[in-house]
Amino acid sequence: MSRRKDNYETSRWLKFKRWMDGETDPLSVGMDPIEVIPEEKMRERRKDFARRKAYDEELSRIRVSSAGKTEIMKARGIRYFQKFYKIMSVILCLGIILVLLWTVAALPVTGGAGNPANNEVAARYIEKGLQETGAVNIVTGMILDYRAFDTFGESCVLFIASCCVLVLLRLDADSKNESIRKMIAESDDRHFEPKDDIILQKCACVLVPVIMIFGIYIILNGHLSPGGGFSGGAVLGSGLILYLNAYGYEKMSRLFTEKVYRRTTLCALTFYCLAKSYSFFTGANHLESGIPVGTPGAILSSGLILPLNICVGLVVACTMYVFYTLFRKGGM
Amino acid sequence: MSFVQNFPFFSIIIAMFSGIVSSVLDGKKARNLSLGMIAVTTALSAGTLIFCLGTGESYTFMMGHFPAPWGNEIRAGILEGVTAVFFGVVMFLAVIGGLKHTAEDVEEKKLNLFYIMIDLMLSSLLALVYTNDLFTAYVFVEINTIAGCGLIMIRQKGRSMSAAIRYMIMSQLGSGLFLIGLSLLYDVTGHLLMSPAKESVNMLVAAGSYRIPMLVIMAVIGVGLAIKSGLYPFHYWIPDTYGYATPTASAVLSGLVSKGYIFLLIKIFYRVLGYENLVSSQMANVLYVFGITGMVMGSVHAIYETDTRRMTAYSSVAQIGYIFMGIGLGTSHGMVAAIFHIFTHSATKALLFISAVGLYEVSGDKKDYISLRGAGYRNPLAGIGFTVGSLSMVGFPMLSGFISKLLFATSALESPHKMLPTLIVLAVSTTLNAVYFLRLVITLYSRRRPGDAPVPETAPRGSWQLKLAILCFIGVNLVLGLASQPIVRAITDGLAVFG
Amino acid sequence: MIQHLLLNIEETAAVILFGVGFTILLLHRNLIKKIMGMNIMDTATYLFLASKGYITGRAVPIVVDGVQEVEAYINPVPSGLVLTGIVVSVSTTALMLSLTIRLYERYHSLDLDEILIMAKEEEQT
Repeated sequence: MSRRKDNYETSRWLKFKRWMDGETDPLSVGMDPIEVIPEEKMRERRKDFARRKAYDEELSRIRVSSAGKTEIMKARGIRYFQKFYKIMSVILCLGIILVLLWTVAALPVTGGAGNPANNEVAARYIEKGLQETGAVNIVTGMILDYRAFDTFGESCVLFIASCCVLVLLRLDADSKNESIRKMIAESDDRHFEPKDDIILQKCACVLVPVIMIFGIYIILNGHLSPGGGFSGGAVLGSGLILYLNAYGYEKMSRLFTEKVYRRTTLCALTFYCLAKSYSFFTGANHLESGIPVGTPGAILSSGLILPLNICVGLVVACTMYVFYTLFRKGGM
Repeated sequence: MSFVQNFPFFSIIIAMFSGIVSSVLDGKKARNLSLGMIAVTTALSAGTLIFCLGTGESYTFMMGHFPAPWGNEIRAGILEGVTAVFFGVVMFLAVIGGLKHTAEDVEEKKLNLFYIMIDLMLSSLLALVYTNDLFTAYVFVEINTIAGCGLIMIRQKGRSMSAAIRYMIMSQLGSGLFLIGLSLLYDVTGHLLMSPAKESVNMLVAAGSYRIPMLVIMAVIGVGLAIKSGLYPFHYWIPDTYGYATPTASAVLSGLVSKGYIFLLIKIFYRVLGYENLVSSQMANVLYVFGITGMVMGSVHAIYETDTRRMTAYSSVAQIGYIFMGIGLGTSHGMVAAIFHIFTHSATKALLFISAVGLYEVSGDKKDYISLRGAGYRNPLAGIGFTVGSLSMVGFPMLSGFISKLLFATSALESPHKMLPTLIVLAVSTTLNAVYFLRLVITLYSRRRPGDAPVPETAPRGSWQLKLAILCFIGVNLVLGLASQPIVRAITDGLAVFG
Repeated sequence: MIQHLLLNIEETAAVILFGVGFTILLLHRNLIKKIMGMNIMDTATYLFLASKGYITGRAVPIVVDGVQEVEAYINPVPSGLVLTGIVVSVSTTALMLSLTIRLYERYHSLDLDEILIMAKEEEQT
């Protein structure tokens, strides 16, 4: 006689059997039952609502006085100005377009092989790019070796834009006004986002690993095929956003917190800065840089391009994710 | 290649690196790092200047293992050295002067972000001064714009944020025009580095081909950078922006940010498009007309203002008009006068904004004329600073503004058509400047009337940093005014090898 | 002239879009539409740059089978410029959107003129 397993009551087989017999409804699994809220919690909620209502009223007070002003403006015949404004904007638009079209009519033909743009600069990139940089993808070799200073500036643009967005949207638990806004942001978040949605979670379970692997593949193959740090980083960032949407902030904070973000961007940008400074310094002083170019076509080749792609990919992924969390909730 | 020649590159990289590192530091450490970095980069720029004065010509520095036109490069000479030293000094004094106010205005946890903006702003200014490549210039113009926006909105008050979005909108218009001008130039010449592009442009002009695109390129790049630096018809973002930021941010924005773009415009005119082409294509005349209009209209708007910060901001519009008038005169002496006025205006405007903060402190933080009456007696050093700044703007002898106006007038005597309008407008503009600046100075030093509201007895809050900054700025102004000959000679020599 | 414009059809389209985006950014009153205009303007510039690099009958600049002649590939330089430009455009869009969010939270309006009036009033009180 076989023995029943200890966890038979909670095992999947029993659940399946019960469902087959029509005893349970699968759609009710996972939904929170309606609970009776105890009295203190209700009092807390009423206080929250009252505070929130006061905040809204203060805002609408500012709004009401401006509505009065727009009425006065309208009464003073500002409508004529608006019509005139529309005609002037169309004229300005047509003016700019006509000037630029007049220029395009005088430019060299698109696709012509003898254009001024196809000169010795492009020729050297194509003919000697593989030997000098080691990258099979000539465009990657160009942006990360020949014209690496521009790419460094571009990473700094992304960095400083994320700093500015942090200044504007990050809610620190400090000032009085901020705490109200944080509370409002958190309560709205739970209201409108689907929490523990089954379909989203099961799809994310399958898709997120695929997206991450695809993103890593794009980054690592930047110098061998179309790809690179920027596109791979964007794909990785979207994978992180999908995971956050499906599983919520608590599960995400096991993988990615503010500390992780800061340290990753610091390490990646510092490595980029130091590596490129070494390269610029040795180049300008006509010294030999000791970094080998490697065999073209192998993954570990092309000198500094592979590590730089990884740094850029990490920075872009973190920045995309941080933009999303700051816009949604004001923090991580 | 001597070690000193690496200094421009080191200064840019150190500025960017300290910005990156400040992202994990707290407010105080970020502030100290920032101040240290500005001092170090100014010293490095001074070293470059001394080296270039010794050799008397400019040199290029390859950024990477490949020479131009395949790799990137930066170029350092006398003019770049002088400008870099000057920008560093003004930024250092501005950060020190506004130290206490920054710590009050900005939230505790976001103070390090403020200093990141300052670091990256300095790095982008240095890169714009030294760069020899058009696309690098575009990327650093964007860094400059975003850092400037960050400096404006760090206070997070309603007025600051609406000023910031207006600033971003106008700046993006300018950047868009600049980028399409750059693309057209690449299409026609095939080069992004400035020196090879100039050779191509000279060949095209000599052959007479692509005449219409060259004209449109000059117009589009000129208008794009003019929008970003606040030339007269495009100046709508200036009063809100300069008026509602913290003292450090106001001084840096008014003194340095627009000047970086003007320097880039001068560099493009000399090193890519060719100054003779500019003059012959009448673009210089267009800039001249806008400059003259700005000189007069800026002052007229300033007279109507009652808020003193906005009044100072409108006078900035007038001074930028002066600079563009100098560029539009079409002679090298006019350009020397314009560059000298860049230096004058940076130092004087920063002095005005920092002293004004000292005056507002003792007037209950109010900014209109009535509250400021007698403030010169309550805070003597700030009053003296503001007076020196105002007199310099008007053109009092011994101060730097007098030398600027003298240079403008003498350079106007060289071009026959433009001599009379320039001299007339200089005279009119000086009179208008005197009207509003001296009115404010007299208000500062008149006794309070019986009908005025009582002023709260507050001691000056900015303490010794503010005083030190005001004294140093007065010193810079006097140096520019009294010892201007070596500086003018350096600028002239630098311009000769600039192209 | 029309002939030439039709030959350079990508550049023509890019320039028309640039003009449209520029006007929207400058003259529209709604902040979100201004940001859309900025994006249209930037994307038009990238279309213009990308069409610069094209040469009829040639392949993408990735070395295949060791072929390294100039006649085999298109011009790689504009592609690199577009890559940099796209990142810059994303950064400025994110910054302007976050400014719009803060302004909307404070003034409950997306109209730039109304916001400026309200900010002025708020400061005077």
